[in-house]
Amino acid sequence: MTAALLEVRNLRVEFPTRHATLVALDDVSFEIAPGEILGVVGESGAGKSLTGAAIIGLLDPPGRVASGEIRFDGKRIDNLPYEAMRKIRGRHIGAIFQDPLTSLNPLYTVGRQLVETIQTHLNVSADEARRRAIKLLQETGIPAAEQRIDQYPHQFSGGMRQRVVIALALAAEPKLIVADEPTTALDVSIQAQIISLLKRLCKDHGAAVMLVTHDMGVIAETCDRVAVMYAGRIAEIGPVHDVIHSPAHPYTVGLMGSIPAMDEDRERLLQIDGAMPRLTAIPSGCAFHPRCPKAFARCHVERPNLMPAQATQAACWLHSVDMKAAA
Amino acid sequence: MSAARGVSPPLVDVVDLSKTFDVSPPWLNRVIERKPRQFVHAVDGVSFTIERGKTLALVGESGCGKSTVARLLVGLYAPTRGKVRFDGTETTEALRSGAARALRRRMQMIFQDPYASLNPRWKVADIVGEPLKEHGLISPDRTKTSGARSADLKAHVAELLRSVGLAPADAEKFPHQFSGGQRQRISIARALATQPEFLVCDEPTSALDVSVQAQVLNIMKDLQRKKGLTYLFISHNLAVVRHVSDQVGVMYLGRLVELSDKAELFARPRHPYTRMLLDAIPDIHMSGRARTPVQGEVPNPLNPPSGCTFHPRCPHANARCKEERPALLQIKGVQIACHAVEEGRI
Repeated sequence: MTAALLEVRNLRVEFPTRHATLVALDDVSFEIAPGEILGVVGESGAGKSLTGAAIIGLLDPPGRVASGEIRFDGKRIDNLPYEAMRKIRGRHIGAIFQDPLTSLNPLYTVGRQLVETIQTHLNVSADEARRRAIKLLQETGIPAAEQRIDQYPHQFSGGMRQRVVIALALAAEPKLIVADEPTTALDVSIQAQIISLLKRLCKDHGAAVMLVTHDMGVIAETCDRVAVMYAGRIAEIGPVHDVIHSPAHPYTVGLMGSIPAMDEDRERLLQIDGAMPRLTAIPSGCAFHPRCPKAFARCHVERPNLMPAQATQAACWLHSVDMKAAA
Repeated sequence: MSAARGVSPPLVDVVDLSKTFDVSPPWLNRVIERKPRQFVHAVDGVSFTIERGKTLALVGESGCGKSTVARLLVGLYAPTRGKVRFDGTETTEALRSGAARALRRRMQMIFQDPYASLNPRWKVADIVGEPLKEHGLISPDRTKTSGARSADLKAHVAELLRSVGLAPADAEKFPHQFSGGQRQRISIARALATQPEFLVCDEPTSALDVSVQAQVLNIMKDLQRKKGLTYLFISHNLAVVRHVSDQVGVMYLGRLVELSDKAELFARPRHPYTRMLLDAIPDIHMSGRARTPVQGEVPNPLNPPSGCTFHPRCPHANARCKEERPALLQIKGVQIACHAVEEGRI
């Protein structure tokens, strides 16, 4: 295996508050290889967006990286000063956010925003930057790009805006793109267009993607590997096919079972009772144990780390060496 | 016609329902800038029936008019044209007359956003209990005796909360103390308070996570079985629709383009738009199903295309589609509005 493009080791993100320090991400480790698409999936509050924000250095204060490290291309980026991180963000790591309306400046034309991004990061003339901007818009499938480049974001529809945002993220030819729920605000027919566009462009440009979403369908269509997050930790990580077809963690099993399927009829959906714990009250041991149908004594007291389980890695005591020996 | 087949008449019968919104610029702008009046035909000639105890789902993308249909049915909007008949009574007139209260008791609505549809300053007991008081469903003699809430009301509220899987003790809490899924259960309990026969659910699970969505969908199905409820279920998620519905109507720019039984629609989608919608769903099981690339976006409803409004995106469109608007016809047991299907081209 080639050296990882992005390496996250034991990442811990904390939010100090007046009453207590909330641990939003705890001991999160994963890697992304060059050109790979890693999906990060989970329910609201699992910490998936926070992981993306920590990587691009955009944690909202008072949130901070408390321990662990993030390495990009072999160099640590989690402790860089603000200005140094700014040079990496956009140039080497691009970002796509959920709402295309708020991630574009409504007062500037689309062209001006693209040209500004290109000129900030690449040493090219204004004419060359404009040529590149038009080419990017054409690549993202915007018709009549030469005219539309001088229009304002409000003159674009939601799907077209998200195409512009993708063009912006790719403008400086970054090696990694962090895409946080890029299709959630879009209609299904547009969602399919944007997903296939993102997939094709990243392949053409050789960019790796960290795709954060709550939609398992999008993950299945797009990703090479997937990390399932629960209560600030990775519950399971592995090749997307294995995680979907033979999930090892009881949470992944429940998550998959609760999605209404298009090709089978079930009277009732499998349901996981209860809800994701709040940050103020993360259960002891395995955070999933109060909702887990298979929890046993050890789960209540001892926190599992990722361990090999079937074809994936799961943080679950069911897959510990002792359990396998007993079975 | 269904009565002729020896079945009871449908509970809800919608005929040629239309709603037009006036979105004209203000009078001064119209005069000075010579702008014309503008209208959006949010719902345009929609007809369907819902049998007692069944679920009709309406699907479509944003702006197709599905939520407007929901609001027309419960009387939150008055129709511009057309009729809604509920159990034989025409609702538009009934809701203006003295019978309105009795009619409203029988149909209730569940909204999409459980954060916006519950009053944050009210306790759950007041939220769920309000319809009971409003419709006089608790014994009046005892309501006057105690100060705040009578024992009868408390018992009713406890029973309602239990029916949606919440604890009676939750009645003393405020909405902010609950998660999204629990709040949606409170909405369902409130809707069930008047013992309605018909529930209009406008995207009830769209704001929820999948595992919580499964809990809410299971509760809704259990309640339907226990109480024989009839649902109109509005959603943009075809997988959810496939799970809950008996019949499915597909809407595009204010019109029904296909209406058929669930099994038929998902096994053999006929209208090109329905096919496109089904193709657009990400395939979770990676079965390698062939997908046709979806082209284009929903046009501006202020200025819809001529003829069949889907023709600019349709791979089967011809000259007739550009000029003549297709009517909803019964073709092989399915109601469908498409020239290509009618002519047997697809």
